[in-house]
Amino acid sequence: MIDILSEYGDDLFAAFWMTIQLAVWSALGSLILGTILAIMRVSPVAVLQKLGAFYVNVARNTPLTLILVFCSLGALFILEIYLAPRDAPNSLAANAFRWAIVGLSAYHASFVCEALRSGVNTVPVGQAEAARAIGLTFGQSLSQVILPQAFRGAIAPLGSVLIALIKNTTVAAVISVPEAAALMRTIVENETGSILVFFIFALGFVILTLPVGVGFTEMSRRLAVKR
Amino acid sequence: MSAQAVLFDAPGPKARRRHFLLTVLGALLAVAGIGLLLWKFNSQDQFEGHLWRPFLLAETWTQYILPGLWKTLQAAVVSIVFAMIFGIFFGMGRLSHNRPLRWVCGVVVEFFRSVPVLLMMIFTFFFYARDLHLPGTQASFWAVVTGLTLYNGSVVAELVRSGVHQLPKGQGEAGLAIGLTSGQTLRSIELPQALTAMLPALLSQLVVVLKDSALGYAITYGELLTAARQLGSRYGNVVAAYIVVALIFILINWMLTIGAGRLERYINTRGHTAAKAKTGASALVEGGGAPGEFGANVAEALEEEVDEFRQARFPKQGTVGTDDQA
Repeated sequence: MIDILSEYGDDLFAAFWMTIQLAVWSALGSLILGTILAIMRVSPVAVLQKLGAFYVNVARNTPLTLILVFCSLGALFILEIYLAPRDAPNSLAANAFRWAIVGLSAYHASFVCEALRSGVNTVPVGQAEAARAIGLTFGQSLSQVILPQAFRGAIAPLGSVLIALIKNTTVAAVISVPEAAALMRTIVENETGSILVFFIFALGFVILTLPVGVGFTEMSRRLAVKR
Repeated sequence: MSAQAVLFDAPGPKARRRHFLLTVLGALLAVAGIGLLLWKFNSQDQFEGHLWRPFLLAETWTQYILPGLWKTLQAAVVSIVFAMIFGIFFGMGRLSHNRPLRWVCGVVVEFFRSVPVLLMMIFTFFFYARDLHLPGTQASFWAVVTGLTLYNGSVVAELVRSGVHQLPKGQGEAGLAIGLTSGQTLRSIELPQALTAMLPALLSQLVVVLKDSALGYAITYGELLTAARQLGSRYGNVVAAYIVVALIFILINWMLTIGAGRLERYINTRGHTAAKAKTGASALVEGGGAPGEFGANVAEALEEEVDEFRQARFPKQGTVGTDDQA
């Protein structure tokens, strides 16, 4: 254990730092895209609803591995869409990293969308009716009554999506982004005592996901709307 | 209730004009997006006939796609069966009255739920191939199955637990009242009803299993995605092969999702269970954390333990209003 830690210690931190970077950027990306999709899906315009539903159904039913492999082999190498300058010295790594973020965001946006929509669905119709009855305008009832409750209802499912996202960053190893799973593969290939290595990496993910789970559960409980 | 009913008034003339504008805008946006995609494909010569013609050959299907699909399904079905066995055992363990057993099962379940499936697959693949000396193809198959079983098994364990908790209290009490032990009550009264109620969620979990089986690509398991890559490198049509395979995945998963929804409605109207059946998706949309896809409700489990402890210690306090099953 000491050997492995002393030999790969720096790599370990670098790999988990990459995992964290992937998770943060993809979380931001999927939050933005997912919010747009959720707005489309709850909007009163049929075309936008259908578009949103179509995207969600396609993204949700495609394996993440396929999306990422397509991003790398298909979009980057064959369609030649470069997200980072192609003549830079580390162009390959930078492009893989950015495409991984795009793929992770595109996949998880569908889940963010469903989580937000579930938040809207927790608001009873009576709330909107009551808001209208006391004379609030549409904008007022939306901003003062409905959306605050909807956001609170969406916290718990959003936390679940974030946890899934953190774990799913490992799939980026498939398109050779040097994150935790890729490093674990290298170490397991080269060293004996692989069960220990597995536990070190597993522990890393437990450390990353556990506070998120506890934090979001606590937050959703504290902010829960009493009904 | 439906989102529209909460959010919007019935549209007046002004709003209708606005909606029309947005409709046109949305349609334009969609057309522009698709157009851009097609233009990009065309400019990289991805619509050449020779890239798509292989899909008309029987050989493509019999040699690549169908064997790949078969292996995907094989891994998924074997995994979901094992996951169910794993889940029922550990779910019962978590419901046991034996504190150490409950803790051990809880730790195991939470551990496997918070570790990425790919890590488990990579580790078990090398373990099987190197330490157990299995041949490569078997090692990769069993590694995929192990990874999927451990993760999804712990999700199923959570389903079992929440299913039993969701039953009306009278079910368990009735069992105890007619003289069954708590174990017998669990096995012959609560568990069968909980299992019936969780069938739809299990079916939607199969979607997760199918999608995750594509991770076998990383450890050289010859599933559908791997087959697509081989096909692509034979005919030089990687993009086309991935698109076809994606369509197959989407079609299967979409049908499974619809099936799960139907089963949910059937069980809720005609099933023999006191609990309410839920698919993973509908649990998510209704605002609970989806038991299927995600979640690490460690805090919740911890709180339950603390509650129980408090009640055992100070039996008079705080038994009111503990029915906050959400």
